[in-house]
This record gives sequence, structure tokens and C-alpha cells, in this order.
Amino acid sequence: MANVSLRNVRKTYPGGFEAIKGIDFEIGDGQFCVLVGPSGCGKSTLLRMVAGLETVTSGEVDIGGRVVNEIEPADRDIAMVFQNYALYPHMSVYNNMAYGLRNRGMPKPEIDTRVREAAQTLELAGMLDRKPRQLSGGQRQRVAMGRAIVRQPKVFLFDEPLSNLDAKLRVAMRVEIRKLQRRLKTTSIYVTHDQLEAMTLADILVVMNGGQVEQIGSPLDIYRKPATTFVASFIGAPPMNLIRLSGDEIRAQFAGDSRSAAETGILGVRPEDLAISSEATADGGITLNLTVEAIERVGAETFVYGTRARAEKAVSATPGELPEGEVIVRIPGQDAPAIGASIRATAPRDKLHLFSADGRNRIDI
Amino acid sequence: MEKTAVFKGKFLPYLLLVPQLVITLVFFYWPASQAVWQSFLREDAFGLNSEFIGLENYQALLAQPEYYKSMVTTLVFSSLVAALSLSIALLFATQADKNLKAAPTFKVMMIWPYAVAPAVAGVLWLFIFHPSLGTMARPLRLMGFNWNPMLNGNHAMALVVMAAVWKQIAYNFLFFLAGLQAIPRSVLEAGAIDGAGPYRRFWTITFPLLSPTTFFLLVVNVVYVFFDTFGIIDAVTGGGPAGATTTMVYKVYADGRLGGDLGGSAAQSVILMVIVIALTAIQFRYVERKVQY
Ligand SMILES: Nc1ncnc2c1ncn2[C@@H]1O[C@H](COP(=O)(O)OP(=O)(O)O)[C@@H](O)[C@H]1O
Ligand SMILES: [Mg+2]
Repeated sequence: MANVSLRNVRKTYPGGFEAIKGIDFEIGDGQFCVLVGPSGCGKSTLLRMVAGLETVTSGEVDIGGRVVNEIEPADRDIAMVFQNYALYPHMSVYNNMAYGLRNRGMPKPEIDTRVREAAQTLELAGMLDRKPRQLSGGQRQRVAMGRAIVRQPKVFLFDEPLSNLDAKLRVAMRVEIRKLQRRLKTTSIYVTHDQLEAMTLADILVVMNGGQVEQIGSPLDIYRKPATTFVASFIGAPPMNLIRLSGDEIRAQFAGDSRSAAETGILGVRPEDLAISSEATADGGITLNLTVEAIERVGAETFVYGTRARAEKAVSATPGELPEGEVIVRIPGQDAPAIGASIRATAPRDKLHLFSADGRNRIDI
Repeated sequence: MEKTAVFKGKFLPYLLLVPQLVITLVFFYWPASQAVWQSFLREDAFGLNSEFIGLENYQALLAQPEYYKSMVTTLVFSSLVAALSLSIALLFATQADKNLKAAPTFKVMMIWPYAVAPAVAGVLWLFIFHPSLGTMARPLRLMGFNWNPMLNGNHAMALVVMAAVWKQIAYNFLFFLAGLQAIPRSVLEAGAIDGAGPYRRFWTITFPLLSPTTFFLLVVNVVYVFFDTFGIIDAVTGGGPAGATTTMVYKVYADGRLGGDLGGSAAQSVILMVIVIALTAIQFRYVERKVQY
């Protein structure tokens, strides 16, 4: 049982590349923290620093009230699940799980009890004598999980553990991991680039970009109130529509109050908050006149890609960048307008987000 | 049309095999069968007449105490060379693997001895360790060590072992380094998190994962010691003193070339051939079964 705190943690790789540029946050005992961000933003680096596989250039990594910067991975009382699972190829499933316990000199009967219990939980009981190469991807993943849970560590670390699985298995394992963690109540840090995984797993979500934290909070708070345009377009799929207000006629509808931010800032509206409607927009809401360019039917919902008649500049915000003037509208069901049709998409004022011109600050409206 | 179809179906595959078959026949089966035939003949010293004498050459050979001595010498020599060259190369390779920046330089430096011909390597080592001329001989003598490979059989053995090991390390090193680099880092990291120190990690993870490489090198090294070290022995000790470094392959040469006993020499090469084939077969059958994954 442990808290994990990072205090102004930095990492500069030999060669001079600064991968982590000062990160601070705290994870409470038993919480499930997810680090999410685009590939290359430093998630793995940060996780590996907590594990002790990378040195900490400056700042402090604290596990359970003890600064562990100089402590070997083996002595940090953590367990890690790697993206490629990193199973010992020459050992049986049983030995893969028992290895860490044997190294710590645990008595044989206790090792046996723990391994069999974990195998039971993970439905690996019939495969204990197999070698990793005789297992499917999903089974290997479970062995990697088993290796972590038999140790009963203070902290679990996961580095994109599901990214090598097919989509169906990924969803199933995601649920399993969450259930397991709830039951064991072990503090966990989970790295992923998949925002859906992040949203569904996290107690605390840490959105990272370029070696820095963009926003920390509960997944729903972050979804409801993204702090920057980066977070706005990274969390939620499809991404939030972002419209630069300067010189756009929409400003006139939206800026009921004549605040300067509303003159030059960026307006955001999620595809799911837009509706196709011919009725007048409520006071302070917006209306977008669109020509339908493309339709995506997913079954339960349909995505309508439209362009605005008077093309304003869309905001370039990787990821989730849209072509200039393009707007996505999500509608329930399968009924969609024809391609080429003109539609009106509206959103009420309380569903609108406003950001400063550089996208770095959220402005309450 | 018909012609090409026939040609494609029947002759072309065989035709393509021909060069390989010819090479094998000319360079392996032909000399090997010559040796076998030769081993049943007695030839006079001038090579003018020969008569068929059946197994007499073998009987004479197996009655010679020197022949058994050369077997023991071979056993000692080959175990020492294989064990030392493999373990030293593995030690170097693990060090180079730790320091990947230095590895390329290290590799180039290590490969030089391999490019040196065996006889030249022998001469180099003889220069260094020659009892009167060698650069190392004086310091050894000053330390009170009566170094003389010309007279002392053990010293002579040590010298040829050193030369043979020195030459083989580079080859083994390159394979071990490639083998080490093929082991995923994350597996070793998992081991570190699982509480295995560097030493334990090496013996329980790295070494087992390296076993295909080790097995391959074992076969190659045994064949190397049995045959290719001939030049080193010839240059350094000439099989002496008093036959202390006469390995089986050197005895084939000494008896046939220097002693003029072609039949006996041929019988020895046949036995040597059988031993190497048997050793290789055993290695493949039993050692490979233990090779992990
Ligand atoms: N060993 C290393 N040496 C130098 N740069 C590295 C090293 N490992 C990662 N990086 C760089 O650090 C950045 C962050 O990498 P990483 O933490 O793996 O990102 P993520 O896991 O978020 O995809 C990347 O730009 C990557 O190129
Ligand atoms: Mg990563």
C-alpha cells in the first residue's frame, strides 16, 4: 500500500534530449493513475523512472514516503508489465511467475500457493507447464499480469500492456485489469496512448504532451473541462471541433458579451454536442451552416463530416487536427443527411468551450 | 513448349545441383575415399609399389602407445582451447554488450587475430615466449619461473593452447556479441525488477537464452581444435618436446609426411574423421536437446 509522488521530475537522456521537463503529481494509495499522451511524449520514460530502469536527472520519485531515486528496481517493491510482455522465453509459465519469488528466497510451498492462486484468477491453471511461445497473445499478456500480481507489490506499473492485442481482446482485458485492480487495491500507474483506455481505466488521468503535463484530473472532469486545446482534441473521439474566432462571422452569434478573449480566442464544440436542427438556436448558442462532405455510419451512431460555407481557419492542434473549415457532427442512429446537402448544426451555450488564442488556457464562459 | 516443360520438370533441378555435388565429391568424398583406400595398403618408402594388407595398418596403429598418448594430448588440448576460448570470448562479449558505444571499436580490434594465419599466429606467440629470445621469457625467469617450452612438455602445451585460444576468441566473441544483442532488453529489465542481481540474471536468463549460440560455437570450436590448429602446433613446437604437443592431426602429418608411413597415416585420418563425425553427431543429438527454446 503506497502513495507515489513525483516532485519536479526531469529526465535528460545522454545526448542532451530532455524527455521529461519537470513533472509534479501525487497518486493516492490504491488509486489507478493513467498517463496518456501521443507517442513520444515521454510516458514510458516517466514510468521507467518510477520503476528504476532509467536514472532520474533531477527531482524526486517517492514511493510510500521513501525517495527511491537511488534505489535499485528490485528494492522498490514494484512490479511492471511490459508492452512486449518480456516473459522469460526459456521458462515455463509456472517458472515465469515463480522467478521473482524465488529470487527473494520465499519458501517453496508459499510460492506454489501464490502461483496457483494467480493462475486460477487469470485462467492459466491448465497452462502452467507451457513455454511462452506455446501461448496466444492474450495468454502471454495474462502471464505477464500473473508475474506482477504474485509478487503482491506496493505499486503496479503498466506500459501499454494491451497494445499488442486485437481490438476485442483489448476491451476484455481492459475490464479484467480494472476489476483486478479494484480487488487488489494496489496503487497502479498505467501508460497508454489510447484515450478510450485512459478514460475507462483511470481514477486520475494525467494528460502529457512533449515531456510535460497538460492536465491532471478525473477523466470526466478532463472531458468536461479540458484545460488546453491539446487536451480538448486528444480526449474524446472523434476530437473536439476547434474554430478560431478572429475574423469569423460566428463571433457575432457567440460573443453576446464583448470580452476580448471571445474576439480572438478559439471556440471548441464536441461533435456529440452538436445537433442537426432547423429550430432557432437558444440564446448564446451557435449555429453552423454546413455542406455535408462525408458520412461514417458506425451502427449506434453516425458521424457527419461537413464544411462551413464561409471557410474560417480551423485550429491546427495535433492530434485530432481537422482540415480547415471541417466540422464533425455526431448524431445517434443511422439516419443521416445526403452527401452534398446543406444542414444547420447547433449547440447550446453551456456546451461551448473557449480557449485563449494560443490554445494554452481555458477561459470560462 | 514441350521441351521446356520436360526440362523444367526433370533436368533443371538436377542441373542446378551439379556444381554443389561436384564440389562435395571432388573436395570431400574423393579425398576421403582415397584415405580409406590408402589405409588398407602398404606402400614402400619411395611410393613405387603398394600392396593390399587389409586391417594391418589399424592393428599396428592400435598397438602403438604413442597413438594413445596423442589421443590424450588431443583431449587435453581441445578441452582447454574450447573451454578457454569460449569463456574468455563470452566474458569480453558481455563487457562489450554493456558498453554499446565502445562495442564497434572493440569488435574491430577483436577481429584482427582471426585474420592472422594459424602458422603466423604460432610464430608470433613463439616470439613472445621463446625461452631465449622471447619478450616474456625474461620477466618469467626473473620471477623465478623456469620457463622453457622447448624442454618442458607442460610449458609447450600452455604455449600452443594460448596461441590457439588467442586466434579463436575473436570468432567466438563476434557470435556471442550478436547473440547477446538479440536478447530483448526488457526481458533482462523484468529480471532486474524480479529481484535478480546482475550475476544471477546472467546465469538464469542471459546464459540460457544464449545457448543456441553457445552450442553452435561448441561444434565449430571442436572441429577447429581438431583440424585447424595444425599450423600453430607445427610452427610453435613441431609436436614436441617428446611428443607432448603431438595431437592426432599432427601425428597424421608427422607419420605420413615426415615418417613416410602413408598407410598408417591414412588409417589415422580415417579414425580422426570417424571421431569428429561421432562427436558432432553426439553434440547435435544430446546437447541440442538441452538447448533452451
Ligand atoms: N534511451 C533513449 N535515449 C535518447 N532518447 C530517448 C531514449 N528513450 C526515449 N527517448 C526519447 O524520449 C522521448 C520520449 O520517449 P518515450 O518515453 O518512449 O515516449 P512514449 O512512451 O510516450 O511514446 C522520445 O522522443 C524518444 O525518442
Ligand atoms: Mg512508450
